[in-house]
Amino acid sequence: MTASTPAPAHQHTDQHYLAMDLLRFTTAGSVDDGKSTLIGRLLYDSKSIFEDQLDAIERATEQRGEEHLNLSLLTDGLRAEREQGITIDVAYRYFATPRRKFIVADTPGHIQYTRNMVTGASTANLAIILIDARKGVIEQTCRHSFIASLLRIPHVVVCVNKMDLVDYSEARFNEIVASYSEFASRLEIPDIKFIPISALHGDNVVDRSAKMPWYQGSALLYTLETVYIGSDVNHIDARFPVQTVIRPNTDEHHDFRGFAGRVAGGVFKVGDEIVSQPSGLTSRIKSIQGPSGDIAEAFAPMSVVMTLEDEIDVSRGDTITKANNPPHVTQDVEAMICWFSDKKLVPNGKYIIRHTTREAKSVIKAVRYKVNINTLHKAEGDLEIGMNDIGRIQLRTAVPLISDSYQRNRNTGSFILIDEFSNATVAAGMIL
Amino acid sequence: MSSYNLTHLAQLEHEAIFIMREVAAQFEKPALLFSGGKDSIVMVRLAQKAFAPAKIPFPLVHIDTGHNFEETITFRDWLAKDTGSRLVVRYVEDSIKAGRAQEEKGPNPSRNGLQTITLLDTIEEFRYDACLGGARRDEEKARAKERFFSHRDEFGQWDPKNQRPELWNLFNGRKNVGEHFRVFPLSNWTEMDVWQYIAREKLDIPSIYFTHQREIVNRNGVLLSKSPFITLLEGEKYETRTVRYRTVGDSTCTGAVESDAADLGAIIQEVASARQTERGTRADDKRSETAMEDRKKAGYF
Repeated sequence: MTASTPAPAHQHTDQHYLAMDLLRFTTAGSVDDGKSTLIGRLLYDSKSIFEDQLDAIERATEQRGEEHLNLSLLTDGLRAEREQGITIDVAYRYFATPRRKFIVADTPGHIQYTRNMVTGASTANLAIILIDARKGVIEQTCRHSFIASLLRIPHVVVCVNKMDLVDYSEARFNEIVASYSEFASRLEIPDIKFIPISALHGDNVVDRSAKMPWYQGSALLYTLETVYIGSDVNHIDARFPVQTVIRPNTDEHHDFRGFAGRVAGGVFKVGDEIVSQPSGLTSRIKSIQGPSGDIAEAFAPMSVVMTLEDEIDVSRGDTITKANNPPHVTQDVEAMICWFSDKKLVPNGKYIIRHTTREAKSVIKAVRYKVNINTLHKAEGDLEIGMNDIGRIQLRTAVPLISDSYQRNRNTGSFILIDEFSNATVAAGMIL
Repeated sequence: MSSYNLTHLAQLEHEAIFIMREVAAQFEKPALLFSGGKDSIVMVRLAQKAFAPAKIPFPLVHIDTGHNFEETITFRDWLAKDTGSRLVVRYVEDSIKAGRAQEEKGPNPSRNGLQTITLLDTIEEFRYDACLGGARRDEEKARAKERFFSHRDEFGQWDPKNQRPELWNLFNGRKNVGEHFRVFPLSNWTEMDVWQYIAREKLDIPSIYFTHQREIVNRNGVLLSKSPFITLLEGEKYETRTVRYRTVGDSTCTGAVESDAADLGAIIQEVASARQTERGTRADDKRSETAMEDRKKAGYF
């Protein structure tokens, strides 16, 4: 590697910078597939590593007596991680190119940290799944792909890494593409791309590689810069979970009563007829206030304050919707869950459910099945859900949830379960 | 508008506002940790926006080490007044006098570590159950691991190996008596985002962020400002340099950078081509490879 040079200043000129959009992506791959090296390479080649950071990891690498510059030290920030040389927890990294800003959730590959992978995946537009070209599609690949599918990450880029170790073989690449495609046909991932790379040498990461002339696609960074994410947000079903009510109680704003929240789906316009759930009371939108003043319409994921024409009872946990497009309002919920706690799921156990801005008691009525995440089959005769297990359950909640299926809307279709004694978040749920 | 897309800066703004409202809704007694630095200035603006037309529903709390840059303190007092906020100040000096903390020895004793003691005492005194802070994940490798809602036990400690998973936009602020949370709405912002936002919002900032002449001593590559808290070592002397500050902490451990950036445009250009991280000028982070993590575990902000 050559010395790092500063990012070109032009990429940050005001107008250009202010017009950039944001891609959130996550990386998955098993322990030695080169995830950290790939992230290090992306950061390094996009000039996002500073000299003092580089000095620090050079010093640390030397102290450890390692031969090659250890780029994983960039993301493994905790003492315990550096001691053990593994990633324990999600780390977030930031970089920008002249085209786009990126948030990378660098998640651990170990099976025991599936929960952190789910954490990283929950907000991602895109997942990079790394496959070692020598090993091909392995159990880990299937597990990561299943999680990407379960969490409905709209875009997946499969990077066949370590192409340098298989002589940049087109045949080997095609073999892996074929076997992955066959497996992925059982998943629901709308957009899958394949790129042959060498993270170590930088082939097809930032620049197209001369060593693989047979590959006609674009390099990874260009793919990340250009993948279309405009349709990843639901702009159809209008949903506005209310966070808090704003009442200034000042002379100037004596009668002001605004509902603060973040649009979870669809579009709201001033004048729209609305229904507040679960009460079913109706009114009309009088004004919408964004961060910089009054606006005519609001869409996901904007944080706004709405005022209504009528004095209807709306409070935290309620959801403002439109009449022609109602959500589900029910106390019986079918969902897929990923279990996070080392305390096993207690059948008929009570947990706190947090869904949009609503928190309530709930009871697990039934465990329908557990998924063997390596084969994607139902685990026969095994309904015990423990740490990192994925399964389907039926829940009964103390108050109705105002929800959509997770497939339809990631915001109104997701929930977490909380242990009422330890307050720990014990599960992530996706409503079916 | 035909396309429903938000720029990244708008997305970050909406996200931070959402987090602040969650804090107001989920906690009984939140506070906003305010130092007068650029990140906390952005925090105050976001808090104003989150609750407008009502006032910011929590006090601004400053843990004053007594080793400040005067300009920051003047600015702090002005901003609190300007926004009509209640300002609570607690002093590390008082913790030392009360025997709760002990001053470091050496040529430039830092009160950075002692701040934790005063902060935890203040949280206990007022029974704050959530403290909003302007920390960003891009600042430092231990901060890159931080959650938006960061749980602290009854001793104020952070346990990085046992953090609550944080999924979608669902933030679990439940806690037992005596425990509290630190909340970081700017987690996903970078140094550049903060400067761009300050420029976009035309926010006032303390004058030391802009170029000026200052008496400086170069200690191990960190340009320290002349102050009563620093004793010159043999062979050291103060010299006048043209500098500004990229980050503002204690004057005993925050280094200046040589710069002639006189306005926000020039600062943005400078940050864009910077080859050192923002915290490269902070001597407190250089004490060990895991200095920040160790401080945070103990309860540091």
